[in-house]
Amino acid sequence: MSAFSGFVRKETYHILRDRQTFWILLLMPLVQVLLFGYAVRTDVSNVRVAIVDPTPSTATRALAARFAASSRFQVMAVYPTTALLDAGFRSGTLRQAIVLPRDAERLMGGTGAVPIQLITDAADPNTGSVMQAYATAIIQRWFTESTARPGGVRFDLSTRMRYNPTLESVNLFVPGLIALVLTIISAMMTAISITREKETGTMEMLLVSPLHPWAIVAGKVAPYVVMGFANVLLALGAARLVFGMPMRGNIVLLLSECLLYILTSLALGIVISTQSSTQRTAMIAALAGLLLPTLMLSGFIFPLESMPTPLRLLTNIVPARWFLLIVRGIMVKGAGLATLWRETVILFGMTALLLVMGARRLAIRLD
Amino acid sequence: MSEIAIDARGLTRRFGKFVAVNDVTFHVAQGEVFGFLGANGAGKTTAMRMLIGLLAPSAGSATVAGHDVEHDAEAVRRRIGYMSQKFSLYDDLTVQENITLYGGIYGLSNAQIAQRTHALLGRIGLEHARTELVRRIPLGWKQQLALSVALLHEPKVVFLDEPTGGVDPITRRRFWELIYETAATGTAVLVTTHYLDEAEYCDRLSIMVDGAIAAMGTPAEVKDRFEATSLDEVFLRLTRPGAA
Repeated sequence: MSAFSGFVRKETYHILRDRQTFWILLLMPLVQVLLFGYAVRTDVSNVRVAIVDPTPSTATRALAARFAASSRFQVMAVYPTTALLDAGFRSGTLRQAIVLPRDAERLMGGTGAVPIQLITDAADPNTGSVMQAYATAIIQRWFTESTARPGGVRFDLSTRMRYNPTLESVNLFVPGLIALVLTIISAMMTAISITREKETGTMEMLLVSPLHPWAIVAGKVAPYVVMGFANVLLALGAARLVFGMPMRGNIVLLLSECLLYILTSLALGIVISTQSSTQRTAMIAALAGLLLPTLMLSGFIFPLESMPTPLRLLTNIVPARWFLLIVRGIMVKGAGLATLWRETVILFGMTALLLVMGARRLAIRLD
Repeated sequence: MSEIAIDARGLTRRFGKFVAVNDVTFHVAQGEVFGFLGANGAGKTTAMRMLIGLLAPSAGSATVAGHDVEHDAEAVRRRIGYMSQKFSLYDDLTVQENITLYGGIYGLSNAQIAQRTHALLGRIGLEHARTELVRRIPLGWKQQLALSVALLHEPKVVFLDEPTGGVDPITRRRFWELIYETAATGTAVLVTTHYLDEAEYCDRLSIMVDGAIAAMGTPAEVKDRFEATSLDEVFLRLTRPGAA
């Protein structure tokens, strides 16, 4: 046992002494949660808008004031003609423009249709349609209030108001992010650290020593279990405190499932390390063989339901797919082991299989 | 003859159709320094790997320190020391941490580790660098340290795979003094080398050609048999029969 604890201590030194890698690994999940949370939101703010008003009046100035008052918009200019719009859109100083007709105030007093043009930069179609919806809403309200015309079709496009997209996307991306981070830390770092020992020749020394192969494997992965667990706590903490992600299920169950997934990733890392003789190979194998499937085939980015059947069948062997079901189930739906036992058993089976495969290969020999 | 440390009988290893080691039979006594010579790819390292349990023999058998390498590998591992041609200490650990790690792996007590660390560092003159990261000490010293660490648990048999590659002549000399000191305590030393002047230091040696032992005996015996004045000449004649 003292041989084993000495071995774990040595592995911990390796991690702690490589300061840069250590901090990157420790803070990566935190930074990613914050990045995803703030950057990857479909909501818009500070949309740069210009208003073209050939005949300024009290009514049209009220429109500019409404846009200026909204925190979502920033009125860049009020132009007399449309001449400058093209350049503005092209250079990116403008995202939206509202073109009012000549004699707008007079037309609004009449009974005919008032032609108002709303131009939106739809280079990114998602934000484009969101901007359009907000601008339409403001124009609608302004139009109704300044004309006091009865009738007319009123339609409110403000779907965003009822439904906070930020909150919803946190629910979606945090479980995926945890899976991703654990894949990087547990699988890739284990694979790299084992192949490093093969490269430097220290692995031979260990295999020639009386240490049992299981002890070598366990000693190498133990510090990464701790590291991965710290990452889970950081990512969950950030999601909860900063973005108010719900935690409807049992926290102990959630953490246990995370621990199980850490073991799955570690086992994957061990298997990769037995197949690769250099750190570079190990890294590429981990990136291509683990990171991409975790991103693409787990349901993190692309919904499983919309995949073609062969691809959907393939997702069954991606551990992250089952882990995501479990985490979303516990956090968002408040599910317990009674509903998630099947996914848990599958993950458990995968882990056991991979561990046995890895340790046997490692034990057999080096070359 | 004193106690047998290594006893290899018909040791053979095939990789597919290629026979890396072919029917090799030899023995090494306790306290003996046995040289393993041969060109690159002659099968020295493969033979050594079978003896230390990193590779299973395709045919034949061997005992090391009285235990069968294939069926009693655990017992063999506890009784041998090994230093590979790659430098095999941890660069990012200090000298002391490396020693403590290996001591722990071989089941030494803390008191034993402390006492042997002191003796070991004194012998190679490295006490001042005890808390230094191994990365920062010169190569010559690193090699001596690696050897000392391989000897920490006082193994009965030590395997050294080209231990003096890339070190200066003075350090090599010092290295061989360490090897002799070790052999004097009754430990058997099996060492592979490219340097034929080093082969002269061995009690006995074998020259491997294409996986088989082509010559074996004391340096003097081998030279006599080939009527050569130096091992260089013997080596050239065996490895390149057309030349010399």
